[in-house]
Formats: sequence, C-alpha cells, structure tokens
Amino acid sequence: MKQELKLTVNGQPYEVYVKPKTLLVQVLRDHLGLTGTKRGCSDSSCGACTVMLNGMAVKSCSILALQADGADIVTVEGLARGTELHPLQKAFLDHGAYQCGFCTSGMLMASRSLLEENPKPTKEQIKEGIDGNICRCTGYNSIIRAVTAVVKGEYKEEK
Amino acid sequence: MIKDFERLAPKTLKEALTLLEEYKDDCKVIAGGQSLLILMRQGLVAPKYLVDIKGLSELAYIKDDKEGLKLGALTTHRAIEKSPVIKKKFSVLAEMEQRLASIQTRNWGTIGGNICHADPAGDPIPVLIALNATLTVTGLKGERNLPVEDFSRDYFETVLEPGELLTEIQIPALPPRTGAAYTKFNVIESDLATTSVGVSVTLGAGDGVCQDIRIALGASAPTPMRAKKAEAVLKGKKITDALLKEAGEVASTEAEPISDIYASDEYRRELVKVLVARVAREAIARAKA
Repeated sequence: MKQELKLTVNGQPYEVYVKPKTLLVQVLRDHLGLTGTKRGCSDSSCGACTVMLNGMAVKSCSILALQADGADIVTVEGLARGTELHPLQKAFLDHGAYQCGFCTSGMLMASRSLLEENPKPTKEQIKEGIDGNICRCTGYNSIIRAVTAVVKGEYKEEK
Repeated sequence: MIKDFERLAPKTLKEALTLLEEYKDDCKVIAGGQSLLILMRQGLVAPKYLVDIKGLSELAYIKDDKEGLKLGALTTHRAIEKSPVIKKKFSVLAEMEQRLASIQTRNWGTIGGNICHADPAGDPIPVLIALNATLTVTGLKGERNLPVEDFSRDYFETVLEPGELLTEIQIPALPPRTGAAYTKFNVIESDLATTSVGVSVTLGAGDGVCQDIRIALGASAPTPMRAKKAEAVLKGKKITDALLKEAGEVASTEAEPISDIYASDEYRRELVKVLVARVAREAIARAKA
C-alpha cells in the first residue's frame, strides 16, 4: 500500500505517494524527475547517488524514501542559483574535474557537504570527504584540485 | 529488486517491542538500513513486515559517566566519530568509525544496526570486544545484558530472540595505564576488513607488566572472536618483541578464517599473525603514554 511522503527538495515542498520499498533515489529521479542524482551501483559502493539530507551527505540508493519523511533534501539541481553555477561547479569545469560525468553530481554533493562542515579542509580531508565516491575515469586529482581551488577562495559565490 | 513489505513505524520503544512481539519471525528491524537494504535488494532477506526504528530518538544518545560510556543503539557512526568525549576518552572507537565505510554511510547507519547485522568483517564488534563492552537487549518482558563477544552466533546471526531489540552498548571506563588500538587490512579504504584486530592492554604501575589484555579478531572466524590463547601468552608478563611475535603466531592458529575472493585462509592467518603483534604494540605504547 502506498504511503504519503512529504519532503522538501531544493527548497520546494513535495508530497508524493510511494510504496514502502521505494528508495530515496527513486523518488528523486522517477517521481520528481530530478535525474541529476545518478543511480550507479545501488549498493552504497559508488556514491553517484549522493544527496544532502538535513545537511548531511547520504547515499540515496540506500535509504528508504519513507525514512526521509519531513526531511530537507538538496540535490545537484539545487546547487546553482538560476543560471549562476555554484563555486564548486565552476571549479569542476575549470579544472576538468569531469570526464564521463557519471560521478560528478555525487562528487559535487559530497564536496559541498564537506565544505559546509569544514570550510578549510586539508588535501587529506578532501580525499576523505570524497572517499565514498568512485570515479571510474580516475579523475580524482582534478576533482581534488577543483575543491582545493574553492577552499582557497578562488571561486566566490555571488550574492 | 526489493520485494514488497509492509512498513511499521513505531513512535516509542514500547510500541516497537509490541510490534516485534506480535510479528516475531515475520518481521525484520530496520535502523539506518545501510546493510539490510543490500541484503533485501539481493533477495537474501524478504520480510513481510519491516519495523522501522530509525525515528526512535530515545535510542540515539552518547552518555559518559564514572562507570563508562553508554551508547544508544541508534547512535549513528558519524555521531560516535565526531563526539568530543569519545575522541578524548575512547579514541580507538572514533578511529574505528573513521575507517568504517564512507561518510555518507556513517551519517545514516547506526552502531546497533551494524552489531545486529553480525557481519564478522564489520568494524565495531572487534573494538567493542577489546574494550570489554556489554550489550543490553530489551523485550516486552524485560532486559538482559550480555558481553558483546557472546552476541554473534554465526555469519549474520545473533542471539537475539524474536521480540527482542538491541537497545544499548556499554563500555566500561578504561582502567589507568590502559591503551587500546584497532586496525583492519583492506584493499579499498572504505571496504570491510579482510582481517581486523582490536587490542586493549592494561599495564602494571611502575613494572610495566601486562596485567590484562584482550585481543579481538574480525573476519577471522564465523563471528568476531577473542584470541584467548594469544592473550594468555602475554598476560602477567613483561611484554617483549619476542612475546608479541609468539602471541601473533598463537592467534593465527586460533583463528578459523575462510578463503574468499578477498583473501585465502592462509593469507588471512598471516595477516592475523602480523596485525596482532602490530596492534598490541600500538596499544602498549598508548598504555604507557
């Protein structure tokens, strides 16, 4: 039997009806059409489905959607302000931190949650911050360079 | 594909226990689900009813007093990792958590869920065994306490009876001159252990003799286990490098590891041999510090 699920995604409140077995990633992608969040391995290994839930990075493939009832979710679609990209997105572009792009939304969300918790991470802490995210193109160095550039203040968010 | 189930979301511990008593073997408990959902997706577990306790905030706490540390079963791994009191007094726990899976998993997964999943390669149990932790299991009829080393019964099986829930983990305050350490060997940092070892050691005042030692092995048998014969090699003695080597060798004969895609039985025994000596050496250094 479907149950009601209320959640806020990127500032927008939603009300959907889902089966108990529905995963958070399915609600985001299939019910709300927010396909920026990727479904990769489906078993918590790859991190492509990373979103922020009440400020924490989580893997949306491994959370029952109904456990997120009432939660505040931010997905990769919530990073940019209108057409103005988020500093992390700009840095990823400039540093070539994209190859095939499949891991990118997860990498961005893991990085954003790292910077919210610790605005000045060391290189080691950046590595730890993305160690739940796999890039099969092995573009880790450029991703770390992009996050480092944001940490150094090279990409300011425009007010 | 996950099979359909009915989700029951109790608001209180009492309600949860009532549901567990009513549905017994037809239900499974889900906390963060970071392990269970994988098994459900693989079709290895297909409960009719899922009792979702993630929202029971009364079971998410970290308390520290003279007796020691008390962790509610629903405390997240990340909360333990970040807790200032745990970093200060039980740093081995925070270090273990920092190596458990990924930040995302630690943000949602719970210590109690990990213990009840009873994977012999899991990180928390060997550390908790080394720290002489006890568990409180609660049912409608009351509570019982047991040492954490008696909790796992076999691969992914525990001594929990239908109707019972793990509610609290207690870790006694460390005696003076006690040090504890943990490490795991794995190929990918966010993976489970190929083999893991936790050790706590208490040294005598002045003489440096090993008064007490607990050595726990993970991924070395169907359940996390104590290497009691290896402990006996060291207990009551002034620990030397030769004794540490001997303890490692004894532990590797006590272990009953399996061969799988990660490592052979032989390789795991070699890891036990090396890691027991290495982790015990680190625990001793911490006991002296």
